[in-house]
Formats: sequence, C-alpha cells, structure tokens
Amino acid sequence: MGAGHGGGLAAAYVPGDSPVHRLEPHTKLVAVLTFALVVVATPVHAGWAPLAYAGFLLLLLTVAGVARVRPGRLLRGLVVEVPFVLFAVLLPFVSRGPRTDVLGLSLSESGLAAGGSILAKATLSVLAATLLAATTDARGLLRGLERLRLPTVLVQILSFMIRYTDVVGGELRRMQVARESRGFRGRHLGALKVLGPAAGSLFIRSYERGERVHLAMLSRGYTGRLPSGPVAVAGGRAWATALSLPLAAVAVLAGGSLLG
Amino acid sequence: MHVPDGFLDATTSTGTAAVAAAGVALALRGSRHELDERTAPMAGLTAVFVFAVQMMNFPVAFGTSGHLMGGALAAVLVGPWTAVLCLTVVLMVQALVFADGGLTALGTNVTLLGLVAIGVGYGVFRGLRAVLPATRTGLLTSAGVGAFLSVPTAALVFVGLFGLGGVADVALGPVTAAMVGVHLLIGLGEAVITVAVLGAVFTVRPDLVRGGRHLLRARELAPRPGLAGATAVDAR
Repeated sequence: MGAGHGGGLAAAYVPGDSPVHRLEPHTKLVAVLTFALVVVATPVHAGWAPLAYAGFLLLLLTVAGVARVRPGRLLRGLVVEVPFVLFAVLLPFVSRGPRTDVLGLSLSESGLAAGGSILAKATLSVLAATLLAATTDARGLLRGLERLRLPTVLVQILSFMIRYTDVVGGELRRMQVARESRGFRGRHLGALKVLGPAAGSLFIRSYERGERVHLAMLSRGYTGRLPSGPVAVAGGRAWATALSLPLAAVAVLAGGSLLG
Repeated sequence: MHVPDGFLDATTSTGTAAVAAAGVALALRGSRHELDERTAPMAGLTAVFVFAVQMMNFPVAFGTSGHLMGGALAAVLVGPWTAVLCLTVVLMVQALVFADGGLTALGTNVTLLGLVAIGVGYGVFRGLRAVLPATRTGLLTSAGVGAFLSVPTAALVFVGLFGLGGVADVALGPVTAAMVGVHLLIGLGEAVITVAVLGAVFTVRPDLVRGGRHLLRARELAPRPGLAGATAVDAR
C-alpha cells in the first residue's frame, strides 16, 4: 500500500551541519527508537493523552528547529501514513461500545479515542523517523547499526542494498519510461501481464550486475568485510544530548500520569 | 500492509519483536547453508530487488492498489532463510529511511511479511513441488500457489494480532472479512507476478532459481555426428 519511495535512499537525507547532524548515528538510533516506544506506551483512553501527544509534537518540532529541517520535508515524510489515516477515520463508525453524537453522526466513543490515538501515535513516530532520516545519511545509519551490533550478515546485505538501490531504481525508472512511452497504462488487472515479465528482467539485470561487481570486489581483495574507519566513540555528553529527546518524552508521560 | 506505530499495544509489539528476533536468529543460522561469502552480495541484490518491486503498485479493486510483498518469490529464488534476512533488511530500511512501517512495529512487520509470508509461501511451495511433476510448469504452479496463499495468511495473522492487542474495540468479523477479501485479490497479483518473474528468470538463468535446482541436470557433452573428422583435421 505504501506510497512510492521516489528518489531513492539519498532523497531522504537533508545535508546540514546542525548539532543533530553531528551526533553519532548510533546514539540517534537509540534515541528515536526509545522515543517511539514512549509514544506507543502512552495509554489510549487516558483523558490527558491528547496533551501528552501535543507535548511530544512540541519536542519533535524543537528538534526539527535545531536540525533546520524544513516543515515541508516533515510533511512529505507523512505521506506514507495516508492508508492508515483512512482506517483511523473509519474506526469511530465501526467500533463497538457507547455511542456519542458528533455533528449529527453517531460515533463510538472508544472508536474515537482509538482512531485519534492511532493517528497521533503513527504521526509522531513517522515524524521522529523522518527527522532521523533527514539528519543521518544512509552510510551513517549503516555505521550506527553496525555499532549497535547488528549481525554481520545483515550489515552486509544492508550495505549492498544502500549502494545498489539507486542503480536498480534507475533501471526500474527507465523501464517504466519505456513502457509508458509505448502507451502502457497500468489501470486494470491486464497490466500484470506486462509488469510481471518486467519485474523478471529487472531481477536478472540486478543479479547479473551484482555478480559483476562482486567479482570486481573479489579481485580487489574483498574478504567479506568492508574496512571501516576508526570506531567513533560517543562520550557521555553525546549520549546525553541524543537521549534528551526520549528523556523529555518520558518526563511528559510521567507528568501526564501524575497530574492527570 | 506495513503496520505503523500505535496500531498494536506495547505488549503485543514486544511479543512480536521477540518472535521476529528469534526467527531472524534462526535464519542467520540456517542461511549458512545457503550463503557463502560469494553469495552474500547476491542476497543484498535480492533485497534491493524486493525493495524495488515493492514500489510497483498494481491496481486491485475499488481504486485501491496493492504491491508485491515478495516473500515467497525471494524464498524460491535464494532459499527461505536468506529470504527472511532480505525481507528483514528491506523492512528495516523502509522503517528507518522512509518511516514506512513503525519503528516499534518493526518486529510485527518482520513477523508478518518475513516469517509468516515466507513460512507459508515456501512451505506450500515445497509441499506442492514434492507432489507435482518435476517440470517447469510444476515449479511455477507450486510457487504461484505458495505466493497466493502467503498474502491472505499474513493478513489473517495480522487480524489475529489486532484481536489480541489492537487498540480499538472493533467487531473482528467484518474486519477479518474485509482484510482477507482484499488480500485474496492482492494475493492473486502476488501469484501472477511471482510466476512471471520466476518464469522469466528460469528461462534466462535457471541456475539462479534455488527452488528449481532439482530440474537442472548436468548436460552431457554430446559429439555432433559429422564433426569428428573436421576436429581431427583442425588439430593437425
């Protein structure tokens, strides 16, 4: 269902030199993941939940301001959640439980709360991930995941994926241009007859390119591990800066449950 | 089909994350038979390919569209364990770089699109391959049925998870019907594309289809009649 990830992996990154850009990638990964966990852990049916969501949003906007990520970039990141917005809007109509009247429509109270919370939580976490992607390039993400002890095989697959997505994506786009300039319109099921073989030849082209590149790498002494630079050390201050986002979120959550 | 954050409660997300971690650990062990140092880059390219075809949307019905999940296809192409690793990496990139699929829901997505879809797709494929005749048609049929069934099964497991830890109090009956109905159609698309891709790859490079290795026979070098004399002359 996802909307197209146009523009390849590099399009997500916004080059910059803000304090957020300079943070070590693994500290940012931990920070964003913890933040998402805190957001998801917010109770759905608590009366103060909307206030907490607003607090989280304020935190994210502050980070975006520090990182100089434009609002337009954040909004574009939100496109992926469109299918789920539809689902969230439907929830108040189909949920069970006591009903309430809003503008003459009979809506389920729990459905309203659930739909609203799904929308808020998904939006907040998409914004957090968008901020991460906007301030960390793909190579940095890879380095961060490596530091966080992701198994070597996965790191290898990921590094090849990062390097070849643009190449294969370009191939895909050329095939698409070729199809459409011959009058192809993918509007009905018959389109599959065209798209299937296209995907088949895409696979063969990707794979054979991979074979060639791999042979070239082997002949240049590839041993199965790419040499990486010296391991970057993140000191206490760097961690403190990175974790200030999730810690502030925890504070918002704690404040809500104490006062609410 | 990518589950975002906040859809399932924290307990269910943690549970599926544990399941996914265990599955990926198993796949890391299992893939040692499928991947040697030579094929690790190939796994990377397979991941890129799955990522690319997930961008190809095909129309389903009522204006909605679906895209390939690619689990069954990848499993037949590179083996089930490697396929799990590829799908895991694809989902990770989609969550981290494109925010498609929630970060805390990563475990759920790996469980559904990686473990369940590949388990069902490859299981059905192996089962059918054993009973169908060992031909190209038999291979493609088994893969097609496997791919078809993998999609609604994953949808069904999602509805189950939603019933366990969904944040909304919805009657599960209609949700199940809608989800399975739509995903039967998406499954048809998945099957058609899987068969088309496998057919194309099997025609051009049969050695790349791991699930079809049993169909490859070492060709004997047959001397062509009438050429023996010519070779003798050339050799002189």
